[in-house]
Amino acid sequence: MTNPALAAGSEGILLDVDNVSLAFGSVQALRDVSLTARAGEITALVGDNGAGKSTLVRCICGIHRPDAGFMTFNGTKLDLSSPEDAREAGIETVHQNLALVEDLTVWQNLFLNRELVRRIGPIAFLDRRAMQRRAQEMVSTLAVNVPPVQSRVRRLSGGQRQAVAICRAQGFSSKFVIMDEPTAALGVQESAKVEELILKLRDDGHAVLLISHNFDQVMRLSDQVWVMRASRCVGGRRTDKTTGQEIVALVTGALAA
Amino acid sequence: MPSTTVAASQSETWSLRLKDAGFWADWAALVGLIVLVIVFEVANPTFLSAGNIQSILLGAAILIILSIGQTFVIATAGIDLSIASVMTLGAVVFGQAYSRGWGLVPSSILAVGTGGVVGVINGLLVAKGKITDFIVTLGTLSAASGAALILADGKPVTIINTSLLQLSTGGLGVLGWTFIIAAIFAVVAHVTLFHTRFGTHVLATGGSPEAANATGISTERIKIAVYTISGLLAGFGAILLIARIGAAEPAANTSFLLNSVAAVVLGGVSLFGGRATIVGPVLGALLLTVLVNGLTLLGVSQFYQPLSVGIVVVLAALLTRYQR
Repeated sequence: MTNPALAAGSEGILLDVDNVSLAFGSVQALRDVSLTARAGEITALVGDNGAGKSTLVRCICGIHRPDAGFMTFNGTKLDLSSPEDAREAGIETVHQNLALVEDLTVWQNLFLNRELVRRIGPIAFLDRRAMQRRAQEMVSTLAVNVPPVQSRVRRLSGGQRQAVAICRAQGFSSKFVIMDEPTAALGVQESAKVEELILKLRDDGHAVLLISHNFDQVMRLSDQVWVMRASRCVGGRRTDKTTGQEIVALVTGALAA
Repeated sequence: MPSTTVAASQSETWSLRLKDAGFWADWAALVGLIVLVIVFEVANPTFLSAGNIQSILLGAAILIILSIGQTFVIATAGIDLSIASVMTLGAVVFGQAYSRGWGLVPSSILAVGTGGVVGVINGLLVAKGKITDFIVTLGTLSAASGAALILADGKPVTIINTSLLQLSTGGLGVLGWTFIIAAIFAVVAHVTLFHTRFGTHVLATGGSPEAANATGISTERIKIAVYTISGLLAGFGAILLIARIGAAEPAANTSFLLNSVAAVVLGGVSLFGGRATIVGPVLGALLLTVLVNGLTLLGVSQFYQPLSVGIVVVLAALLTRYQR
């Protein structure tokens, strides 16, 4: 599959998804999907519900394994058998349902399965103080006011939770952050703050894959847009060379790529 | 931050907490325990005699150990209904081994091992078999008590062993050995739950399995681990049970099952998983033991004891509605 966007040159490509397919039983969720994401850019992925966006994201972050096709990340072939593998490769995901544990504190969530430990003899004990201190540092860089890191996530607002989730994704030397509809459940002001966080993420050198239903948001934030329809990636555009109408037309199928 | 401001903000949060129903729900067991102790002591001054305190602590030891196991399982939003039957099976295995001349240590290891094996089976069925915790452990409840009956041929085996006798009668002051053992288990469990990665992952598995999986935690392994812990502790409880009654009986021990769940609920642990303490269930186990002991001391008929336990547990469950 050739795309006009690729003609711009292949240098700087961080993630390369090449003809990936995946079926769940008789349902073909992804058909020969190819797209790329560049380092230091916000790449948007749009499409209707059921177009396959979330399935593709789940392949990239190690939850599903493609039946066919390749994914290359940072020059090496991705072979992910778990989300843990993806995180180790430098791919972090902010899931639609946030993937925070409500009953745990902010700092526990930030360090979930990444806990700092001190070894005393054969036993590794949690270094709670160090985690709380570092969590406070991580959170204090955010534009959003987050309550003390000792508070339970249950008490946080939607925007605060999203901030914590983003904070977790940008920590731990990640190169690539996937955001699955980060503002879907948020109010106007909170969405604006989260958008600031996403831009800051890019400015800090992270590549971002943004899945969104909000075309205005996509046009505002992204550098590159890919459109999915009916399990296929039907086209890609540089954001500054396209319009919202063109993207909508691609999504609905009114315009063929 | 200077320590004085920390202290000030802490006293502030304490006064806030006292007005909060959630605080009372979290500490229901402690408050209930204090109230019961005062009531029973007023009604009968021998209640707080050294001898009676000793017998309460001794009586609570097995329940404390079972409640700790139950806490780990319930923290992952599961439930171990087989815990008391596994203890029975462990006791019977111990009895059969001991009566064949295996000696105390090998018999004990066999009892704990039996509990561990049933625990692993529970865990595998729940995690890999994707069967509801309730159904799996209801099945092993029946299977383990059946196996105990078959092994023992329905007959109790008297165990005469001076070390075991020492275990149930000796101790340090009012603290019997069995209570000291239970207390050590509680401390280890507390450290495990709050100061190890495993403990955090247990709470994460119960709080949100999706979130735990997304961060790469194997919730399956955590599930298997907590049921194994519960089984091992049930096996250990079997040894203390034999020490206490001097025999290995294939009896049902149903009250231990109900009381272990009750102690956990009284201890403010959420049945939906994700929130747990060890102190709470230990206090819950003490409360239930104090309740039965006090009622016996007051000459209330034994028939009223299950009724009173039931009322206390339902009241505690009502309080947990205020937890957030």
